[in-house]
Amino acid sequence: MSSLPTRFETWFAERGWSIHPHQSQMLDRASAASLLLIAPTGGGKTLAGFLPTLVELADGDHEGLHTLYVSPLKALAADIRRNLSTPIEEMSLPIRVEDRTGDTPSSRKRRQRADPPHILLTTPESLALMTSYEDAARTFRGLKRIVVDEIHALADSKRGDQLFLALARLQRLCPDLRRVGLSATVEDPQAIARLLARHPDPCEILHADPGPDPDIRMLETEENPPWSGGGGAYAIPAVLEQIRQHKITLIFHNTRAQAEIFFHNLWLANEDALPIGIHHGSLDRQQRERVEKAMVQGKLRAVVCTGSLDLGIDWGDVDLVIQVGAPKNVKRLVQRIGRANHRYNAPSKALLVPANRFEVVECVAALEAVKAHDLDGDPRGPGPRDVLCQHILATACAGPFAADDLFAEVKTAGAYVSLTRAQFDACMDFCATGGYALRAYDRWQRLMQNAEGLWHLRDPRASQLIRMNLGTIHDSDKLKVRMRYGGGRPLGEVEEHFASQLNAGDTFLIGGRIVRYEGLKEMTVEVTRAAVRKPKIAVFSGTKFATSTQLSHRILRMFQQDSWPALPRHTAEWLALQREVSSLPQPGRLLIESFPHDGRQHLCLYGFAGRNAQQTLGLILTKRMEEMGLDPLGFVSTDYATLIWGLEAVRDPAPLLDRSALLDGLDRWLAGNAVMKRTFRVAAHIAGLIQRNAPQARKTGRQATFSSDILYDTLMKYDPDHLLLDITREEAMRGLVDFGRIEEMLDRVGDRIDWTPLERVSPLAAPLFLEVGKVPVEGAAQERLVAEEAERLMSEAGLA
Amino acid sequence: MRGFEFSLAGVELVARGSGALWWPGLRILVVSDLHLGKSERVLRLGGAPLPPYEAQDTLARLEQDIEACDPALVICLGDSFDDDLAAQGLPEPIETWLTRLQAGRRWTWIEGNHDPGPVGLGGTHLFELPQPPLTFRHIAQPGAAGEVSGHYHPKARLSARGRSVSRRCFLLDCDRLILPAYGTYTGGLRSEDAALTGLMRPEALAILTGPVPRPIPMPR
Repeated sequence: MSSLPTRFETWFAERGWSIHPHQSQMLDRASAASLLLIAPTGGGKTLAGFLPTLVELADGDHEGLHTLYVSPLKALAADIRRNLSTPIEEMSLPIRVEDRTGDTPSSRKRRQRADPPHILLTTPESLALMTSYEDAARTFRGLKRIVVDEIHALADSKRGDQLFLALARLQRLCPDLRRVGLSATVEDPQAIARLLARHPDPCEILHADPGPDPDIRMLETEENPPWSGGGGAYAIPAVLEQIRQHKITLIFHNTRAQAEIFFHNLWLANEDALPIGIHHGSLDRQQRERVEKAMVQGKLRAVVCTGSLDLGIDWGDVDLVIQVGAPKNVKRLVQRIGRANHRYNAPSKALLVPANRFEVVECVAALEAVKAHDLDGDPRGPGPRDVLCQHILATACAGPFAADDLFAEVKTAGAYVSLTRAQFDACMDFCATGGYALRAYDRWQRLMQNAEGLWHLRDPRASQLIRMNLGTIHDSDKLKVRMRYGGGRPLGEVEEHFASQLNAGDTFLIGGRIVRYEGLKEMTVEVTRAAVRKPKIAVFSGTKFATSTQLSHRILRMFQQDSWPALPRHTAEWLALQREVSSLPQPGRLLIESFPHDGRQHLCLYGFAGRNAQQTLGLILTKRMEEMGLDPLGFVSTDYATLIWGLEAVRDPAPLLDRSALLDGLDRWLAGNAVMKRTFRVAAHIAGLIQRNAPQARKTGRQATFSSDILYDTLMKYDPDHLLLDITREEAMRGLVDFGRIEEMLDRVGDRIDWTPLERVSPLAAPLFLEVGKVPVEGAAQERLVAEEAERLMSEAGLA
Repeated sequence: MRGFEFSLAGVELVARGSGALWWPGLRILVVSDLHLGKSERVLRLGGAPLPPYEAQDTLARLEQDIEACDPALVICLGDSFDDDLAAQGLPEPIETWLTRLQAGRRWTWIEGNHDPGPVGLGGTHLFELPQPPLTFRHIAQPGAAGEVSGHYHPKARLSARGRSVSRRCFLLDCDRLILPAYGTYTGGLRSEDAALTGLMRPEALAILTGPVPRPIPMPR
């Protein structure tokens, strides 16, 4: 049935393997212009992607590059190179395989451009860089196939947008290039297919057998989960017991800080001294590599980790995945569960550990969604223009180009199909002049047109700076953490913002140990060992995902049941009490409670719109309350509710939620908001308005924040229609501001607002008082408090 | 904008919420430490490029104060420019703006430690300006009386029901007044700093800037 050459058939047979159906299907359709394979983890996906290449290269006739392999992880590229070497050596195939990432020495990178291997394994960033060189056409001559691995992870991010723009460029250099995408299980394969294929080419989708359903349950613990917080510390004895019963356990956390705290507590309770490691993105690379190696060698029994282990690599014989904290998103949960048991056709085993009472509800809802194969995911908007600006500058690095040609090329990338010429021209103008308000400044004048109308760099030397700043990954700026005495390797990294708040003597957790902050020395945080059991602070990274819309709706539906047999008793009783004292939030309605507490007036809105949108709602509502003289003092938000407190009681909350008033408030509030400034900073870096990397020295994060904040204020004041502000608004609406989900909530709720004034705090609102991340409002109430305190101080001093 | 009224050496003065000082009797407006041209200087010295427009922001606020008070004399109490080069290298629109603000009134630049030389802009240039019973100079001198100065960029902090609020402030005792920095990019020195506690009497007040300026006992 398949066109598998004898040499390959023999090789398969010798190893006692038979080719998977989807692998031979991939081979049959090897000539398709684009092809997407959807397969579960462990389904031989990568081999399916490479088989056609190995077969085509087997006769040794091809010269130069044949296949590009792009993956989101550097480590994956190295891993694949090792895996490919086995069949190539055993079948003596005349194929040269190399990888090229940010870690590759520059001498080898230069050689690879002049004399590329048959198969080059790389990342989106390295590919963008390679296409920006003048000799790109020579490097990629002969290229036949491009394989994009873990395309589902790239499709959700700007890294993907950058990759697909680079693909459009490659396709121009190599017109008969064939595209192959390899994806984990996703809710909308068509959406990924549209990104992969050259528009308007079709893209065939192959589905591998999804394998058996996972064995997934909630972890039973002796102690009840706490009312709030995200640590999951109460479950440590039960987690240790599970580690004992399994070969290798992966323990996923939603944030790095939580992973650190959990790891620390795990070790305090680890009486059998089971070998347990920690792995997350803030740890030093060498430390991470050590843990990875130990895992592959089977020396570890468990690893506490974050999204850093979400993708790709086969980390040995993992037979249990534990997710601590609500999964927030069913699709990611399913992909994480897939990490357990890489044997095809065996169910993966997973346990969920809700970190607090509300998360118990969310976990049960997520379990139901997994059973129902109900994956979530929000469609992504059109291709972001900051990435396009970067692409334009990178294109200029490769040589003069005509705007018409580039526009036509960009429109073949799925995400940019709806890009208008006016939008494109605005991006061109930004790259050429910096935009109206900045046109007087030399450093933002980068492109000019020659006599033939082709665009080129005004100063060719600028290409170095542009290349240095290619890429769309935007980690907050990090500082290395080192032991003050004895030197040695760095322990890891903390965000500069976090470091700037530390005082000498403060203790915090990193790499599983408690250290004392001593001082900052040349961009390094110096610490010493601290012999305390409890660190003072541990929050050094705050990536918080919002609970998906689908999951939120599921929770609302669950609230409507008469009783909750699927929930543990403590949680069911809590919900029943809420129903008795107030009511439970309902789908299609908005519950608002108001009550006095601790000398202040409180308003609690159960919007179920996700953390970011609830946060935005808090910001806009307090702004409106400020204008109405209600003197709000602050608010706190979770995925399901926003709690606002202030000096005056709200008499009627409905007018607060008027859609046009909210939108109007949003516009004005957006102007000076820190979330907007953060979004602007990212867009400004990607679009090349601010350079993160310079040939001289690295600009520190605080300096970068400082100047990007002031640039933002400047543009807001003098050029409010500047392209970058436009991009910032668009990004914020669907990202950190997430106004889209506020609108979703308003649509869902209409005028059905259930306002419930209460005498005191309701059961559902109580945990909100324990939440961290309270946001103060600096307005009239603050002035009132300052006046109050000033008067008190003056009369105490006998001055008034 | 409301002000806080007080007297120094028998003179009735108003501390404005913006950080400017108003002497209604002689129609004198005083501002200190504008630090115009800071972003250019930082760039010149090879630091991180600060974005432009900081001078615009400072002047826009100064213009509001001038419009509100219509002073006969404006005194800039030193460190008006980040250094002499910055004073000479001001962009043309900024120079024009300054000239416009100066029209119809007298203008005095007091020397600061950042900008000792005379400037090529309109107005008189002095080391200090005696205007009995007050003396205007950049850096406070121990033992002086009736002295109005700047230089230290004072700020003060208070805790309002558990919320910590830090504001630029005036420092006032019966001998002297120290003005907060007026410039957009200027940092601050906490009133607890020994340089300030050593200078001010124990009963000194800190007048916090803000929508309504408010006096508190100087935190020390």
